[in-house]
Amino acid sequence: MKYVLMFGGTAEDQEAWEKLPKDQLAAAYERTGKWFEEHGRAGRIIGGEELQGPNSSTTVRIKSGKAIVTDGPFIEAKEIIGGFAIVEVKDLDEALAMAKTWPGGGWVEVRPVVDHSND
Amino acid sequence: MARRWLGRSATRGRPLERLTKTHTATEATVVAVFREEAGRLTAALVRVLGDFDLAEEVVQDSLVAALEKWPEQGIPDKPGAWLMTAARRRAIDILRRDKRYREKVALLERSNLKPEPAEADDRLRLIFTCCHPALSPEAQVALTLRAVAGFTTAEIASAFLVAEAAIAQRIVRAKRKIVAANIPYRVPEGDELPLRLDAVLTVLYLMFNEGYLSRSAQVAMRRDLAEDALWLTSLLATLMPDQPEVLGLQALMKLNLARSRARFDAAGEMVLLADQDRKLWDRAAIVEGIALLDRAGAMKAPGPYQLQAAIAALHAEASSWAATDWHQIVALYDALLRLVDSPVVRLNRAVAVSHFVGPDVALGEVNDLAIALSGYHLFHSTRAELLDQLGEPILAREARRRALDLCQNPAERSLLERKLAR
Repeated sequence: MKYVLMFGGTAEDQEAWEKLPKDQLAAAYERTGKWFEEHGRAGRIIGGEELQGPNSSTTVRIKSGKAIVTDGPFIEAKEIIGGFAIVEVKDLDEALAMAKTWPGGGWVEVRPVVDHSND
Repeated sequence: MARRWLGRSATRGRPLERLTKTHTATEATVVAVFREEAGRLTAALVRVLGDFDLAEEVVQDSLVAALEKWPEQGIPDKPGAWLMTAARRRAIDILRRDKRYREKVALLERSNLKPEPAEADDRLRLIFTCCHPALSPEAQVALTLRAVAGFTTAEIASAFLVAEAAIAQRIVRAKRKIVAANIPYRVPEGDELPLRLDAVLTVLYLMFNEGYLSRSAQVAMRRDLAEDALWLTSLLATLMPDQPEVLGLQALMKLNLARSRARFDAAGEMVLLADQDRKLWDRAAIVEGIALLDRAGAMKAPGPYQLQAAIAALHAEASSWAATDWHQIVALYDALLRLVDSPVVRLNRAVAVSHFVGPDVALGEVNDLAIALSGYHLFHSTRAELLDQLGEPILAREARRRALDLCQNPAERSLLERKLAR
């Protein structure tokens, strides 16, 4: 079963992350990199990316057939999604176990994807 | 607070519904049968169908069918088999409508589905699935009552004084999530188990408190939530005999229920522990509760439920309120605080301190909790009691009024009103 793990945190988390001294940032990346590597080797990860900060975000709103482009994330949220992983595991418990070991702090939302294979 | 989170506040101000139904021999038997069979049936059907949602649904339908038929026809000789036949027929009906399920229909028609005691472990899986933390606490309670303890939706609704449609929706949503998110049907193992077991015990404890606190002499319900919570905990203790906290919770419930008969007077008014007629306590239940606690204690892994049960046991063993071993109770609260530091535990500890050290010291400790507990009626009523003891009737009255403003439970309200009227 496929799930998407969305890694997030508060705006403050994001700011703190951006302000980390070089060596600490490198160590933090090493930890998250290791997480991806280990779970990837175990065949649980199909894909995933780290996202650039919300300042880099552009939103396209589709309203009655018209596309309106605006600066910034869709919701003026206090919470920010920093990255995601697409995982293939047996069940929710296995996906939750992965999320629990995420070394990046903040929160991890676990969502099953829609399975269209039986459509 | 246990009572608020299930939407009780939505019914605030509405007089307690007086259910005309009372316990009759037949009804008690029906309840016992449902309780014994529902979990086994659901577990057996989940195994065959591999579909939690459908299994749970058809068992519920079979219970409703039994409620219609049994009062007229009497309870069948093999009620479990009767319910299984009804549930299986219903499942076949539902599945036949969909060609994709031809294989499952064949499987159901062939299979010799007998809910056997050997399948007890399946009920354990059922409990862990119903109490999965990915479901909301309200849904966990409702689903456990229905799937494991054989409550009908109507019974859950009346136990929680919530509209039946709301309970039904809660259950449908939870079952949809189990399917959509693929919540597994399994007993967690290894490092996972302690936390997941905690979650199950929390559900059972909430269920018990909801039943115990909202109990009053006037309301006779077909099913008693507190009794059912004890039954479920006993089932869990049978299925997981090596878990001291399960035994601790079972002991705690048993010791609290042992005081049932003394909790309300002839007029239906609530009587506080200090004023209860201890001759009305169920001595046999107290002995059983203490034996459970001893068994748990022998496993040498103390936990919050065992400590609370130990406190309840000290109350149960005391010949009077004055003769209570307050010193020991304070020590147990200290141990409890080391495990779970909560303002409510501190409040209870302060009550014990008032008897052991004195009301002035206790009031100081209670006042320290003002910020954390300002919205909790028992904080104010405890202050009122202590202020009374310290000869401050005006301040006591003020605190009691505040408690009354915050309190929603009719029996507790009536108690506060009586004290204010003095």
